[in-house]
Amino acid sequence: MKEPLLRIDDLNVTFGAGFGNRPKVRAVTSLSLEVAPGETLAIVGESGSGKSVTALSILRLIPEPGRIESGRILFEGKDLLALDDAGIRSVRGNRIAMIFQEPMSSLNPVLTIGRQVAEPLRLHRRLKRREALERAVEHLKSVAIPDAEKRLGDYPHQFSGGMRQRVMIAMALACHPRLLIADEPTTALDVTVQAQILELLKERTREADSALILITHDLGVVARYADRVAVMYGGRIVESGPAAALYADPRHPYTQGLLRSVPRLEGNCGGRLDSIDGQPPDLAALPAGCAFAPRCPQVRDRCLTAPPLLEAGAGGRAWACYGYEEGAA
Amino acid sequence: MTTVAAAVPDALPGRDQARWWRFTVRLFRTKPLGAAGAVVFAIFLLSGIFAGVIAPYGINETDLAHRLEPPSRQFLLGTDHLGRDLFSRVLMGARLSMIVGFCAAALATVVSIVIGVLSGYLGGWFDMLTQRLVDAWMTFPDLVLLIVIVSVVGPGITQIVIILGLLYGIAGSRIIRGAVTSVREHVYTHAAQSIGAGTFHILRRHILPNVMPVVIVLFTTRVGAVILSEAALSFLGLGVPPPAPTWGGMLSGDGRTYLYLGPWLALAPGICLTVVVYAANVFGDALRDLLDPRMRGT
Repeated sequence: MKEPLLRIDDLNVTFGAGFGNRPKVRAVTSLSLEVAPGETLAIVGESGSGKSVTALSILRLIPEPGRIESGRILFEGKDLLALDDAGIRSVRGNRIAMIFQEPMSSLNPVLTIGRQVAEPLRLHRRLKRREALERAVEHLKSVAIPDAEKRLGDYPHQFSGGMRQRVMIAMALACHPRLLIADEPTTALDVTVQAQILELLKERTREADSALILITHDLGVVARYADRVAVMYGGRIVESGPAAALYADPRHPYTQGLLRSVPRLEGNCGGRLDSIDGQPPDLAALPAGCAFAPRCPQVRDRCLTAPPLLEAGAGGRAWACYGYEEGAA
Repeated sequence: MTTVAAAVPDALPGRDQARWWRFTVRLFRTKPLGAAGAVVFAIFLLSGIFAGVIAPYGINETDLAHRLEPPSRQFLLGTDHLGRDLFSRVLMGARLSMIVGFCAAALATVVSIVIGVLSGYLGGWFDMLTQRLVDAWMTFPDLVLLIVIVSVVGPGITQIVIILGLLYGIAGSRIIRGAVTSVREHVYTHAAQSIGAGTFHILRRHILPNVMPVVIVLFTTRVGAVILSEAALSFLGLGVPPPAPTWGGMLSGDGRTYLYLGPWLALAPGICLTVVVYAANVFGDALRDLLDPRMRGT
């Protein structure tokens, strides 16, 4: 494997425990992952599984009262958690860029599109206003905004949702970042537009040779666009591996359940969809053992006492389950 | 590239005067009441500025042959018990009211922005401390506070401006803070952080423009409120000391004493006061509606 672009080591993020004696919410627990240059990693999981918090931790943008308790986030050899404020600001939007979930509200309504796309260039490249705007035009053209020159002076409300997400992509890629984090970039969009946006993301990151972390809960998206997948549950990665292998042979019962619950065209048409029984775990009161144990069909005594650790196997695969042993199945 | 270069200047906001013209046209077309308020306010502003030129008589020029005369061609608004021309005095009163109104409202707005933006954006213990101090401040009744401070520092324009500015500024900071806390939670603020913008840059480029409609309405309504407060202080004899012709002073002095003999003495400054404050408020409301960019082009 190539030297990773980003390596997260044993990251722990908690929320709360500020005023009063509310229990701490463990949003992310002992999370480790790697992203190679140019690779697309998908982080999959349901709401509250810690996907977004992981993404925000990379740029140190965890909102109050969240706190990164421990861990290291190495990017191009530097520990992002050890940088001072100016240091992390010079990484944000420059080396690592981020795209948010809601294109409707992630653009500032009172600034023109031109100014916003030009902003990272002005901040990081110290370009003059005119130069930055000229570059902004090129970036808008590259994300297929028609009449880019004329639309520089327009405001976000004059764009549709899909167009706004294109603008966000143009803005994120303006400084040619090495890593782009897209937090559910298509959740708020129409299905037809979703595919366009994902194609565009994939194509633009490939051209720029940037790595992409795609955060989603849509397994269809993952299968089509990701090289590798990490499945999160209850703040931990429960399984990771190359997308194709993981789909063909899911090893963690949660992944198996997720894949079974996706509607399919072939086979059992018209029947009831499979679902995973029970509720997602309460992150303020995680069980002592595996977080998935209360919902797991294959639960055994050991699962209730200590959480299983991520176990690495052949072919770049890893899983955190006592129930699976390589070669045994 | 030539097309790009040609298109860019058009995209730079705030450069062309056509924008102001378009805005004015839009104000008159969509908000006639607000536009009327603006016109009325502008008339008072101009008459305040040019009071020295317009006024037919000096403010303290007495004419004992024409005491307590009703409005006539010679004395447009009549005369008071010393034979001073009321029209001239009301004009100079407009000047005083405008000076106090604009200066104190400007000061109040600046104070509100500084407290509100810092408190709302930084949050945490700083917000907690500031807001509890503002709470404490707001528990005092305005007028009582004004009377106490003025009786200590003495009356005068500068004192009035500073006191009213601080008083309204601290109370108004709550409104700015509220707007800032809602803007701060918008994704575009996080997005601005994610492209590496510093705190000051975010405050200036992202937070402030988004609370600007609130700031403008706050300012315009504050102009009205401050003028009213100044009149109240002058009415109580704690404002700008006589013989300076303030509207509040005119109301309480001659206006009250000669209410039966010369009702115009109270009516003229009273009506001016009402009209100016009302005009400022409707203009402020119209501005708020028009300045919201989400309503542009609708």
